Amino acid sequence: MGFEFHTSSLKAAVNWARKFSLFQYPFVTACCGMEFMSVAAPKYDIARFGAEFPRFSPRQADLLIIVGTITERQGPALRRIYDQMCEPKWVVAFGVCASTGGFYQNYSTMPGADQVVPVDVYIPGCPPRPEQVLDGLMLLMDRIQRGEGHSQIAIEAERGYDVPLAAIRPIDKMGTLGGSPNPPATGPAGQNPSGSHAIGPTGGKP
Amino acid sequence: MAQIVLDRLAARFTDGEILESGSAHGDEWARVRRDAWIPVTMFLREDPATKMEMFIDLTCVDRFGMRASPGGLNPHGLAARGPSANPSAPTEVPTGEPPRFDVVLHVYSVSLKHRVRLYCGVTEEDPSVDTLVSVWPGTNWFEREAYDLYGVRFKGHPDLRRILMYPEFVGHPLRKDYPKEKRQPLVRRQAGRD
Repeated sequence: MGFEFHTSSLKAAVNWARKFSLFQYPFVTACCGMEFMSVAAPKYDIARFGAEFPRFSPRQADLLIIVGTITERQGPALRRIYDQMCEPKWVVAFGVCASTGGFYQNYSTMPGADQVVPVDVYIPGCPPRPEQVLDGLMLLMDRIQRGEGHSQIAIEAERGYDVPLAAIRPIDKMGTLGGSPNPPATGPAGQNPSGSHAIGPTGGKP
Repeated sequence: MAQIVLDRLAARFTDGEILESGSAHGDEWARVRRDAWIPVTMFLREDPATKMEMFIDLTCVDRFGMRASPGGLNPHGLAARGPSANPSAPTEVPTGEPPRFDVVLHVYSVSLKHRVRLYCGVTEEDPSVDTLVSVWPGTNWFEREAYDLYGVRFKGHPDLRRILMYPEFVGHPLRKDYPKEKRQPLVRRQAGRD
């Protein structure tokens, strides 16, 4: 038998630490903000799960909570905020509007924040109960522990490690979600054929 | 409630500037000829009997598809007050197809406590009307909104830019012929890292 050395042990410890010290950036745009305040207030107390401090600078945050309806006009701002956050970072869509666009189906509302940033946990509800939010947070913590956050997977892939491809949601060239279930969506660094994240009126085309 | 307003308009504008007028649900309305938009509104503001100091709302209605309604000259769906019911009201009734857009103006007199609603028909071929910024400065952003969402041009407006949609947006989304499912995204996730 001899010694066995798992490189994953350190990773597990780091992820354990990460999941209990989430620093959130609340991107609050709509009425769900009230429920977010409720979760953050002492009665439901999101601080019990280590997600205590809202940081109002994306550079100090590692959890982007998208609370409320995202319009197409807000898309570039949301994307820029996500890009400014340090890795590893996670995204929670709070409420149906942030998850899918909700009951808005019109010219101005983005059909889900995952059109511009990768979302790790979707919390449905209009608005979600605080218990749902805490449940979603714990789902996210499990995901962090397993190393399956979008950003964690991307980092691993850049370093050349095997990543759980099933956890990657593929994106086709038009920028919409879809495609085959197991494409090599992430590759080693520097092999991104379509360039980096475009912010601008290009309509998602490279 | 405010028949005095319509009476004053009828007395002052006798050259067909007031195309129709009426009363519905306790509120008076009048339809104004497009070239008289500024004189009529300025008169309503200045006349001691009307004294419309306060601008309430300006918006637009797209009557797309309602143009060929049989027998329906009155596009409001309201009962127009004819000459018999109101002898002092103007008698000229517009003929032909009603214009596609209606610019709708609500004004109120704080001192006299009455209000009136004015319509101004704007055709699809030339969707323009004079700006009311010189009459009530508060109409500025409302006219920008009507321009943004309906494409009505307000002639003489000091800053006629989009106010709600982004500058890259093409078209006017509250027009009835704007496709319901049409999206004009500014940014989308790219193939690659995330």
